[in-house]
Amino acid sequence: MNKYNVSDILRRFSVPIMFVLICVICAPISGLSPSYLANEIVTRMGRNAFLILSLLIPIMAGMGLNFSMTLGAMAGEIGLILVCDWQIIGIPGMILAMIISIPISALLGLFCGKVLNMAKGREMITSYIISFFINGIYQLVVLYLMGPVIPIKHSTIKLPRGYGVRNTVSLLSMRQKLDNLIPLSIAGVKIPVATFIIVFLLCLVIVWFRKTKLGQDMRAVGQDMEVAKDAGINVERTRIISMVLSTVFAGVGMIIYLQNMGNIATYSSHSQIGMFCIAALLVGGASVDKASIGNVFLGIVLFHTMFIVAPKAGTVITGDSMIGEYFRVFVSYAVITVALVMYETNKRKNKSKAGEQLALDQEAANE
Amino acid sequence: MGSVPLLEMRNIKKDFFGNQVLSDINLTLNEGEVIGLVGENGAGKSTLMKILFGADVIRETGGYGGDILLNGEKVSFASPFDAIAAGIGMVHQEFSLIPGFSATENILLNRESKRKSVLSEIISDRMDTLNRKEMDTRAQDAIKKMGVNIDQDMRINNMPVGHKQFTEIARELSKKQLKLLILDEPTAVLTEKEAEALLESIRGMSKRGIAVIFITHRLGEILSVCDKVVTMRDGYIVNESPAKDTNVAEITHWMVGRSVDGADVNYVTEDTGKDKRTILSIRKLWVDMPGETVRNVNLDVREGEILGIGGLAGQGKLGIPNGVMGLYQAGGQVTFDGEEIPLNDPRKCLDSNFAFVSEDRRGVGLLLDESLEWNVSFPAMQVQNKYLKSFFGGLIKWRDDAAIKEVTKKYIDELKIKCTSSTQKAKELSGGNQQKVCLAKAFALEPKLLFVSEPTRGIDVGAKALVLDALKKFNKEKGVTIVMVSSELEELRQTCDRIAVVSGGKVAGILPAGECLERFGELMLQNC
Repeated sequence: MNKYNVSDILRRFSVPIMFVLICVICAPISGLSPSYLANEIVTRMGRNAFLILSLLIPIMAGMGLNFSMTLGAMAGEIGLILVCDWQIIGIPGMILAMIISIPISALLGLFCGKVLNMAKGREMITSYIISFFINGIYQLVVLYLMGPVIPIKHSTIKLPRGYGVRNTVSLLSMRQKLDNLIPLSIAGVKIPVATFIIVFLLCLVIVWFRKTKLGQDMRAVGQDMEVAKDAGINVERTRIISMVLSTVFAGVGMIIYLQNMGNIATYSSHSQIGMFCIAALLVGGASVDKASIGNVFLGIVLFHTMFIVAPKAGTVITGDSMIGEYFRVFVSYAVITVALVMYETNKRKNKSKAGEQLALDQEAANE
Repeated sequence: MGSVPLLEMRNIKKDFFGNQVLSDINLTLNEGEVIGLVGENGAGKSTLMKILFGADVIRETGGYGGDILLNGEKVSFASPFDAIAAGIGMVHQEFSLIPGFSATENILLNRESKRKSVLSEIISDRMDTLNRKEMDTRAQDAIKKMGVNIDQDMRINNMPVGHKQFTEIARELSKKQLKLLILDEPTAVLTEKEAEALLESIRGMSKRGIAVIFITHRLGEILSVCDKVVTMRDGYIVNESPAKDTNVAEITHWMVGRSVDGADVNYVTEDTGKDKRTILSIRKLWVDMPGETVRNVNLDVREGEILGIGGLAGQGKLGIPNGVMGLYQAGGQVTFDGEEIPLNDPRKCLDSNFAFVSEDRRGVGLLLDESLEWNVSFPAMQVQNKYLKSFFGGLIKWRDDAAIKEVTKKYIDELKIKCTSSTQKAKELSGGNQQKVCLAKAFALEPKLLFVSEPTRGIDVGAKALVLDALKKFNKEKGVTIVMVSSELEELRQTCDRIAVVSGGKVAGILPAGECLERFGELMLQNC
C-alpha cells in the first residue's frame, strides 16, 4: 500500500521533479554565479507572480487553464499606452493605467465567460481560440484606431505615417518604479518589496475568496455543474464571474509585468504571456483541475531557473546561443502538452478503476 | 386527527404525447404517515413523484391533469425549488452530491451559514464568508435527526455508497420546512445493516411528524416500516391497503398480475429447446455501465431461440447486451459458435455477425441528420462491404446507390415505416418509425445473433405489435438467434421462448415464457 502511494506521488509530481533535475544539471554547467541567479529569480518572481495568480480562479471554477488571460494582458497594454501618451509618469501613471484597464478587462472577461458557457467541457481550446480572435481586434484598435479615433499625440508613440502605435513603446517613466518604491537589498539581492506586498495582498484575497459563499459556489460548480444547478446555484453566472475576475487580475498583472520590463512590445508582449504563465503554473505541480498558491511560487522558481540556466548551459555546450532560446519555447509547449495528456489519462484511469473493482468483487464472491 | 390531510392528490392524469401514463390517481397522506409505493417499472411511480416535485420534464411535456392539495390548499409548482420551499424533499436514485466536498458541505449545499463581511455590503451577499462552525453544528443536527451516524468531515468520494445515500437524506432533513420526504429506492445501494438503520430513521421521522413516501422493490421493508401500501400498475392505483393486513405474496400479485384480455395470446409454456445447440455462452461477465451494473453473469443462448432478458430497472439487464457488444467496459468470457469474442471491441462483435439494436435510439441507434437510406445501409456498408461497387480490384469503392435504395424500399414496405420517401431524414420520423429503422438497419446486416434492447420503449401500441412481430418473423424465417431485453414482462412473455430474469446484476433464474407471473415476480425481487 505504502509503495503504491510513493509511485502515485511520483506520478502526480513528475513535472516538478523533472524540472528540479533539469535545473540541478544545468545550473553548474551554465557557470552563472549564485547571487546572479538569486537576483534574477527574485526579479522574475515579482514580475510574473501576479499574472500567474490570476489563473487560479477559473481552475477553481472547473474551467481549466485560462488561455484567454491574454485578453486581460491586452487591456493592460492599452491602459499603459494611453497613460504614456498622456505623459502621466511613475506610480500615478501605473494606477491610472490599471483603472483604464479594469473596465476593458471586465468587458472582455464577460464576453469570454458568455462564450465559454456555450462551450462547456471545451473551455480550454475555446479560450485559446478566443485569445487569437481578440488579438485581431486589439491589432485593429492599436494599428488603425489609435490616432484617428483615439487621439495619440506623441510622436515617440505614434508611427511616422500618422496613425497606429509603434512596435515598442518605452515605459522609461515608469520603469521599475513600483519595484524600487521601497528599496531593499539583502546580500546583494535586490528585493522589489512593494511588488511583493501587492502580490502578497492578492494571495490573501485569493485565500479569503475561497472562504466566501461565491468561492464555495465556484468550487461546487467546478466539480459538478448539474448538482450545483439542482441546489439552486446560478452556474452560468458563477462561471462568468470567475472569468471576469481572472481577466481583470491578468490586466493588472500585465501592468506590473511591463513596469518591470520597462517597455511594451506592442504587438507581441501579450501573445506569449499566457503560454509562459500556464507553463510555469503547471511546472509548479498544478493540474487542469487543481492548483494552489504554492504551485504558483514553486512554478515560478523552477520554470524561470530553467529559463535562465538552460540557454547559458546550451551556449556553453554547443557554442550556439540560439539553442537555449529554442529550448525554452520548446519546453513550455511540451510542459503544457504533457499536463493535458496526463489529465486525460488520469481521468480514464479512474474510470477503468471502477471496472477493475467490479472484477475483483466478482473474484472474491466466486471463492 | 380529523383535520385536513397533509397532501392530497386528486384525479391526477398525465400523458406523454397521447401515451397515457397516469390515470385517475387519488392519494392522501397525513402528517407523519409513511406510505409504501410499489409497482413494476413503467407503472407510473416516478412520473407521479415528478409531478409532485414539480420536475421540469412534466411542464415541458404539457403539464398534468388533476389537483394537488397541500394542507388543503391547491398548489402548482413551477419548479423543484417551489416544491422544496413548500416543504417537500426528494432523495433521487442517482446521487446529487459534489464529490470533492465533505458531508457537511454537501448537506448545506447552497444553504451555507454565512457571516457578513465589508465587501458583501458593497457588492453582493455572495461575498459573505462561510461560517464553518455553525455549518458543522447544523449538519450535526441533521445527522442526529436521521439517527444514522456518518462522518461529517469525510469527503464524498471517500465514502462507501451507503453513506452517500445517508448524506443525501441528511441534506433533506436539514431543511427546516421539510414536511414530506420522498425516498426513491433509497435501499437499493445499501447493505442489509444500513437498510435496517434507514428504516429505523424513517420511523423516527414519522414520529417527528414528517410524512414519507417510500418507493422500493424490497417488499419486506415496506411491510416493516409503512402504514399503508399503495400498489400501482399501468398508470392506475390498483390497490391501497394498510401494511399490517397484507403480505409479500399478495403485493407481488397486485404488481405483476394484469388483466389478461383475449385468449389468443400464445405463450411458450414449456422449455422445448433443451436439445438445441448452445451458440453463445457468457461466463463471468461484469460490465461497468452506470446504473446498470452487471456482476458475474453466466448465460447460455441456444441456436435459433428468442431469449428474453427481463428484470427491474437498474438491475443490470441493459448492461448485458451493452457489455457484450463493447459499448461499456466489461470483463469475462464470451464464446460464440466455439470462438472466443474479445470484449471492449465493438468491431470484433460486428465482424462475428452480431448486431445490436440499442435502447438509446437517438444517441447510438440512428444517424439523425441522415436519410433513411443511409441509416439502413450504413452498418452493412461499414462492416460487410455491402452496397458498394468495387473498382480496380477493390482499390476504390463507390457507394451503390441503387442497391441502397432498393434495400431501404424493401424494409420500408416490410416494416411499414411511415415516411415521405426513403431519403427523408431519420430525425423527422416518429419514435415508433425510428425504432423500425433501427431494426431495418440490424436486419440489413443479416446477423447470426441479434441483440435487441428495449425495442418498444416509448412507442405506441400499434407500432409495438409490429416491431415484435417483425422480430418473431425474422427469427423464424432466417433462423436468427435473438436476445431481447425489455422491462415489460408481458411483451417478453409473448415474444420469447425463455426468459432470463436479472436481479442485482446477476441472472436470478431462467424460466419458460409461459411460467406463471408470481414466479417471475419472485425472481425479479430476489437479489435487489
